[in-house]
Amino acid sequence: MLEFIQDNIQPYFNYWVYVILMMIGLWATIAKNNLIKKLIGMSIFQTAIILFYVSVGVKGEGSKIPIVNPYTEAKSAEVVGADQHGEHGAKGGGEKYIVEPDNYANPLPHVLMLTAIVVGVATLGVALAVVQMLFKEFGTLEEDEILAQIKNADSASPDV
Amino acid sequence: MKWIALIAVTLTGSLLLFGVGDFPEWGDPHSPANQGPKLKSGEQVSKAVSQDFLTETYEVTKVPNVVTAVLADYRGYDTMFETVVVFAAGLAIFAILRVFGDGSDTPPMRAVEDDTFVEGDHSRIIIGTTCKLLIPIIQLFALYVIAHGHYSPGGGFQGGVIMGASFILLAIARDLKSALDWFSEKNFMTLASVGILIYAGLGVLCQFFERNFLDYGALKVFMISSDHPEQMARSYSMLGVEIGVAFTVTAIMFAIYANLSSRGELKEGL
Repeated sequence: MLEFIQDNIQPYFNYWVYVILMMIGLWATIAKNNLIKKLIGMSIFQTAIILFYVSVGVKGEGSKIPIVNPYTEAKSAEVVGADQHGEHGAKGGGEKYIVEPDNYANPLPHVLMLTAIVVGVATLGVALAVVQMLFKEFGTLEEDEILAQIKNADSASPDV
Repeated sequence: MKWIALIAVTLTGSLLLFGVGDFPEWGDPHSPANQGPKLKSGEQVSKAVSQDFLTETYEVTKVPNVVTAVLADYRGYDTMFETVVVFAAGLAIFAILRVFGDGSDTPPMRAVEDDTFVEGDHSRIIIGTTCKLLIPIIQLFALYVIAHGHYSPGGGFQGGVIMGASFILLAIARDLKSALDWFSEKNFMTLASVGILIYAGLGVLCQFFERNFLDYGALKVFMISSDHPEQMARSYSMLGVEIGVAFTVTAIMFAIYANLSSRGELKEGL
């Protein structure tokens, strides 16, 4: 049992956590009857995806946050500028920094998730607004009660 | 219904866990996401784009924060439309919830006294004084996060959310009306539009200098006294774009709260 955990769970810990969070969110989205609980489930699902992306960008213990500090990076001997930015001449000259990518975490998942978080907040706001209108209309947030009310209204006026 | 959900959830979860074994280990610096796709034999097919982002960003943009550079420059289109999504969410909430008129047809949310801020109400005094001290600091910090987005962790989205939260704090601590006195509906909807306009306007400005939309290097003509005009043009354009994003996010965060908490009447709030 311990060996199974060490071989199959410990190196893949982040994936296990994201799958479990995702299952919790999916369960709440499908099985719960209350619309607010469904939205909470949707948020948990979204958090699982964010956790997955960010954990993919991790590069072990030696890596730092993806902010390159030019003063601590080594410089190469070759002088770029005159050939690369010909039109600026000597003004564009300078030494090229050698950045070792393994020293920094992968920036791409962070960028993708940064916007996803804010857009997630905005879409959650829209969802809450819709839920608020539903409550104003039906006086309840339970899905089955809303469906029953819609069915009753339909059978009362079949031409709609 | 619960049984179908249980089956669906366990099936999805077990399939995902079944695939976990094929993933690279956590924190592996040589994983495909970090170094590019590999063949089964271990041969590198191509280099991951994130490698290039890390090695080249400082050379071509003079921005140390790679995340901001990728967000505002390399993926400028994407970020612009993310901002438009935030703006559209604000408009959608406006369209769904906002009601005009005196609100006499809807029952009041709670018994409201005429003056919600009562003199001598001690809990109100503590909360009010704390907010008076905290809100300027929060707003200053938000401005720092926006303005230093390309040197330290931060940027338009984060700073905008902090700025919006400061107004929400005011609305919670006192009432929605005093927050709306500071930041009225007309102002925040205008600010949201201005944010998008700044972002798209910078993109269009690049086109006037015969470059592509959002190709900030075109703005090097404004960098007269700089040693690296093209790089610094990209750096400062990123700052401009972040300011535009921050405007929209600030306004929409507060708009969402104001509309949700007052059921679209923008009167009493929570």
